[in-house]
Amino acid sequence: MEIVVCIKQVPDTTEVKINPETNTLIRDGVPSIINPFDENAIEAALQLREKHGGKVMVITMGPPQAAEALRAAIAMGVDEVALISDRAFAGSDTWATSYTLSQAIKKLGKIDLILCGKQAIDGDTAQVGPGIAEWLGIPQVTFAVKIEINNNVAKVERMLEEVNEVVEMPLPGVLTVVKQINEPRMPSLKGMLKAKKTEIKTLSAAVLEADPSNLGLNGSPTNVMKIFTPPPKGGGEMLQGDASEMVDALIGKLKERKTI
Amino acid sequence: MSIKVFAEKCTGCTLCVKACPFAAITMQERPESKRKLAVIDLDQCTLCSACIPSCKFNAIEIKAEKESSKDISHFKGIWVFAEQREGEIQPVAFELLSEGKKLAADLNCELAAVLCGDESIDKEINKLFEYGADKVYLLQHKELKDYRSLPYTRAIAEAIQKHKPEIFLLGATTMGRDLAARLAIRVGAGLTADCTGLSIDPVKKILQQTRPAFGGNIMATIISPNHRPQMATVRPKVFKKTKDLRPKTKDLNIIKFSPVINPEDLIVKILEVIKDESAKVNLQEAEIIVSGGRGLGDPKNFKLVEDLAKVLGGAVGASRATVDAGWISAHHQVGQTGKTVAPKIYIACGIAGKIQHLVGMQSSDTIVAINKDPDAPIFKVATYGIVGDVLEILPLLTRKLQESRR
Ligand SMILES: Cc1cc2nc3c(=O)[nH]c(=O)nc-3n(C[C@H](O)[C@H](O)[C@H](O)COP(=O)(O)OP(=O)(O)OC[C@H]3O[C@@H](n4cnc5c(N)ncnc54)[C@H](O)[C@@H]3O)c2cc1C
Ligand SMILES: Nc1ncnc2c1ncn2[C@@H]1O[C@H](COP(=O)(O)O)[C@@H](O)[C@H]1O
Repeated sequence: MEIVVCIKQVPDTTEVKINPETNTLIRDGVPSIINPFDENAIEAALQLREKHGGKVMVITMGPPQAAEALRAAIAMGVDEVALISDRAFAGSDTWATSYTLSQAIKKLGKIDLILCGKQAIDGDTAQVGPGIAEWLGIPQVTFAVKIEINNNVAKVERMLEEVNEVVEMPLPGVLTVVKQINEPRMPSLKGMLKAKKTEIKTLSAAVLEADPSNLGLNGSPTNVMKIFTPPPKGGGEMLQGDASEMVDALIGKLKERKTI
Repeated sequence: MSIKVFAEKCTGCTLCVKACPFAAITMQERPESKRKLAVIDLDQCTLCSACIPSCKFNAIEIKAEKESSKDISHFKGIWVFAEQREGEIQPVAFELLSEGKKLAADLNCELAAVLCGDESIDKEINKLFEYGADKVYLLQHKELKDYRSLPYTRAIAEAIQKHKPEIFLLGATTMGRDLAARLAIRVGAGLTADCTGLSIDPVKKILQQTRPAFGGNIMATIISPNHRPQMATVRPKVFKKTKDLRPKTKDLNIIKFSPVINPEDLIVKILEVIKDESAKVNLQEAEIIVSGGRGLGDPKNFKLVEDLAKVLGGAVGASRATVDAGWISAHHQVGQTGKTVAPKIYIACGIAGKIQHLVGMQSSDTIVAINKDPDAPIFKVATYGIVGDVLEILPLLTRKLQESRR
């Protein structure tokens, strides 16, 4: 089975802090990581390879330093990686990103399954996976928490608001996975050595034979008009006294606000 | 596209350096002047435009090389996707109609709901008019009874191409996000995810869509100036649902539409729906959420959380640590890997308040934190904090609330 996993390099948002004076994001020293959901997608792909054989390829679109995310994927044990990088891709929204990734996937030959994370933790859009499926004209199943493959059909359990839904999707298709699907493995020593040695192949816009009018900022229907920090929450209040007094105070406050 | 700093306008003030989320701007000496010059590292820059408004001197410019020449002037009206599950329209659809009504007034246009389903969905149509729809597009087909990506995309894309709405809003639910993402590509529209604010630019008459990004650490306002419809998914519970009090005409404006669904749209099949009996309440729709963390000490103490939730008529949430430990099912998890919620009251019991949890609940109206560690980060976002033992506070709170109700 030939599997492609799309991963994104993101800032580790646990560490993103706001400079209170300038109200801007402090990026200094903020580590970049593989989007956590994408690690689950890699893990799911590796488990499918262990069961069915075949190959796991990982691609990412991003600036040159996104190569680090690909090395981390190699260290986890994937077979091949490619960096999709070109000035022409800068400023891509999910429309242009999913177009570019789908063009890259077309170049990889016959693919049975494409795996994405549920969403990226920087943009939180969850739009790129279904977007790729639409560009490629193949089905999608989002929010997968369990995947089984038999005779070229994926049986997938999806995690929805209140229920889980089990569906069947013939391959090829796109799956996006939630965190609960598995526990991503740690990099192996052998993998880390391989990651160090591997030369990362870069695919440019020309190689992808992409339509320039679909790329980057130009190809993006959405524009960011402004970015700002959310207004700070009005100062909180610590309730005082013994347990009983604090509970009474709380009930009083909630009633005052007419919330209960 | 390109980004450019006009050297003659740049005063070296460094405001743009601070505004750049990607550390792509540095200040460099220039031989001809005492003032430094902002230089953008094109490998780091994502053209996110954060620097543009930060510059007081209009020294930075982003230019698209070509403007879209598509004629978009004939797209008119606002559509709301009337999400239905098991034949029942979901509250988020009414919230979007209520908000859509205001936007429609600003644009002086019509507000329509798009309802997909089989014959049995007829019984729901009236509710859409009650919440302000001027018109309902009824997309009826036996294959549209339950949501699936491909047939829904097919049917709605056809309706959009035929009737050309200017704006299309969907709930940012699992269904809305799955559908909108595919549909936007098919109809060539821009799509903004998980919005928490919508408004109309009074001059350009376009939709301004505001949403949290970077886990709620920053907000972004996004526009789709040259593509139609302007599409957005909107987080449930952000807008209040309000009934439309205008008198109703006798003849309800229902446009029936029988979409053509191809066999290749039906290749994904629903085999089974697994109900989680413990998660009967949909967290994202709950007005009050009482959430438990590892500070409860023992899975059986979740009972205390459930008791309080019951008295308040609320739902039960949980931190990831408790879900991972198997204390409660994953449907209850709040946070980055769980659900994003914004109820009227969120009561965090024995939850430390790590950022991954906070991003999922910090926009709740009122946050109550109960934790025995006065330095727990949850207190930074709490409206009311109680430093104390959950095992003592929770039963007391439940009992006193019960008493005060009597
Ligand atoms: C990529 C990623 C994604 C994540 N996504 C999520 C997510 O979606 N949701 C989520 O919740 N977490 C998420 N996490 C995990 C998150 O960082 C925390 O580990 C988790 O929220 C901790 O849960 P907790 O607060 O219940 O436990 P702890 O961190 O163990 O905190 C327990 C708290 O209870 C207090 N306490 C103990 N005993 C008592 C008592 N008797 N009375 C009162 N207080 C008491 C303690 O002082 C402490 O503050 C994620 C982590 C990562 C890396
Ligand atoms: N630049 C990118 N390169 C590769 N994969 C991506 C990229 N952006 C998004 N993805 C994939 O799409 C998923 C959803 O991302 P998003 O739609 O941005 O929330 C991610 O989890 C990745 O699997």
